[in-house]
Amino acid sequence: MEEKKKNALVEFFSRRAVQKWVIVILFLIIPIALLVVFTYLPLFDMVGYSFFKWNGTSKQKTWIGLNNYIEVFTRPEYLKVLKTSIYYFIGSIVQIILALFFATILNYKIKGRNFFKGVIFFPSLLNGVAIGLIFLLFYKGGGTLDSVLTMLGIPQQALPLWLGDVALVNISLVFVSVWRYMGQNMVMFNGAIQSVNTELLEAASLDGANKWQQFWYIILPNIKTIVSLNLILAVKGAISVYEIPMIMTNGANQSATFVMKTLDTAFTSRKIGLASAMGVVLLVFIMIVTFIQKRFIEGKEED
Amino acid sequence: MGQTTSKAQATEILQPVTEDAQASGGEKKHPKAGQIIWKIVQYAILVITSIITLLPLVVALFGSLKTSSEFNSTNVLALPKNFFNFSNYVTAFIDGNMLTGFLNTCIILVFSLVATILTGTMTAYVLNRFKFPGRKLVNNLFLLASLIPSITMQMSVFQIISKMGLFNNRLSVILLYAGTDIISIYIFLQFLENIPTSLDESAIMDGASYFKIYTKIIMPLLKPAIVTVIIIKGVGFYNDFYTPYLYTPKPALQTISTALFAFKGPYGARWEVICAGAIITMIPTLIIFLLLQKQIYSGMTQGAVKE
Repeated sequence: MEEKKKNALVEFFSRRAVQKWVIVILFLIIPIALLVVFTYLPLFDMVGYSFFKWNGTSKQKTWIGLNNYIEVFTRPEYLKVLKTSIYYFIGSIVQIILALFFATILNYKIKGRNFFKGVIFFPSLLNGVAIGLIFLLFYKGGGTLDSVLTMLGIPQQALPLWLGDVALVNISLVFVSVWRYMGQNMVMFNGAIQSVNTELLEAASLDGANKWQQFWYIILPNIKTIVSLNLILAVKGAISVYEIPMIMTNGANQSATFVMKTLDTAFTSRKIGLASAMGVVLLVFIMIVTFIQKRFIEGKEED
Repeated sequence: MGQTTSKAQATEILQPVTEDAQASGGEKKHPKAGQIIWKIVQYAILVITSIITLLPLVVALFGSLKTSSEFNSTNVLALPKNFFNFSNYVTAFIDGNMLTGFLNTCIILVFSLVATILTGTMTAYVLNRFKFPGRKLVNNLFLLASLIPSITMQMSVFQIISKMGLFNNRLSVILLYAGTDIISIYIFLQFLENIPTSLDESAIMDGASYFKIYTKIIMPLLKPAIVTVIIIKGVGFYNDFYTPYLYTPKPALQTISTALFAFKGPYGARWEVICAGAIITMIPTLIIFLLLQKQIYSGMTQGAVKE
């Protein structure tokens, strides 16, 4: 009797164990296949290509060792595009400060709060191509910006070419980026601020702390983690910008970014090896930033 | 002893209160004036920011309703003469290939979202509910992949897609969307952690198979997470430009983004048509936003933090 029961139990478990393996393999095989084919295989291929001179189609691949990397780090045209990232990074800082400001004032009771929040957030949902085209109209001679400025009394002749002037083009493009993404940061910060203890703010307010003091001493320390996370994401974002400048200027007037240059090297100049080396450089840079981020955020959580 | 302490406490408590009362009493008029000014400044800033945000969009809307000669002869800020002039929309839709674009985007959206949800929930279910050798490795492979920005590897992805014979095939875009998406796996994993395993266990006692547990228990409970993923990914796929631009350049396969981008050439000087195209692209987004505001706010926040 006892023996029989035991056998049945063993059978039950073994059946479960078999079933378990079936489900594990069945459920993971496709996701892992996709992961390998579209993430790890390209990664290894890219590292491999970076040591060759190759146009992507011909059978002839020439091993040239580290020459592609040397070219990336010595040819000024490749390093110069990194300067463009500085504009985007500064733009991201401005964007975060603005987002903090709006997240804070929209945290207090204010009429039309949801309307303002919705309006400021909405651009972050919009199609990048549509945004690019609308801002081409915004910046073009006699376009939206020029019309507003002439309305404010600035003569048309005094207005610059917003996308045609080397000194201005990146600032104009960064503005589009801030316009597009500030609301998203704002909503994130707003969510974090809402979890700050309101009693603390009320008490501070009763003690005569003004809004600025409330922000600096109570709100900001409480949302420090999410703000620093956003700052680090800003570094990564600044280095990997490509969509808006690609759609609007296609890199004209020194508005090309590193990613655009990489894609251009791969698909227009057909220098797959060189483009791969650029990709590896970019990837290493992003990995370093990510590593700092993990260290930083995890350190924060341990506190 | 006890009395003195309480007395001391009492005075201690009393003192700041009187000080406070004095302070607020003395300054009562100033903060009020200050508060009113601050309120006005606040509203002014909010209104100006809203105008800056909406102006480029409103100008595009006006432009889209103007005739070609009207657009070229009037100021961009001027209202259109006829608010019901939809001829540019017809041009954009038919000649501009946007109808095809919508169709292709819809096909890609449906298949990519279904694939993303299936692979995401399946992976998360197995990784969260089963212990098996290699689990940690699989977990780390997905984690590491989430750190690699796929845009940097397009030169080698392109070679793979070409070798698979998927260049100029919608399947390439669908596979790339579903296959390189890691965020949704993390959203599902996080959500699963809060679904008690006791539910699975009692179902096992009742003799349910693991597959049945996945379809009958896990999937229904994951519904809120699925909604979040549909929103985040849906918006991302709808707006994505580079993937279809690179992998399906054939006009018949254009998505809404690439069809709109193609306006830059032939309609280069016809701003009213370009405006109509841009507005058409934004209308579905506006409708979704108005309908699902709350879910979108929380979804976007979650998705961004996960990156």
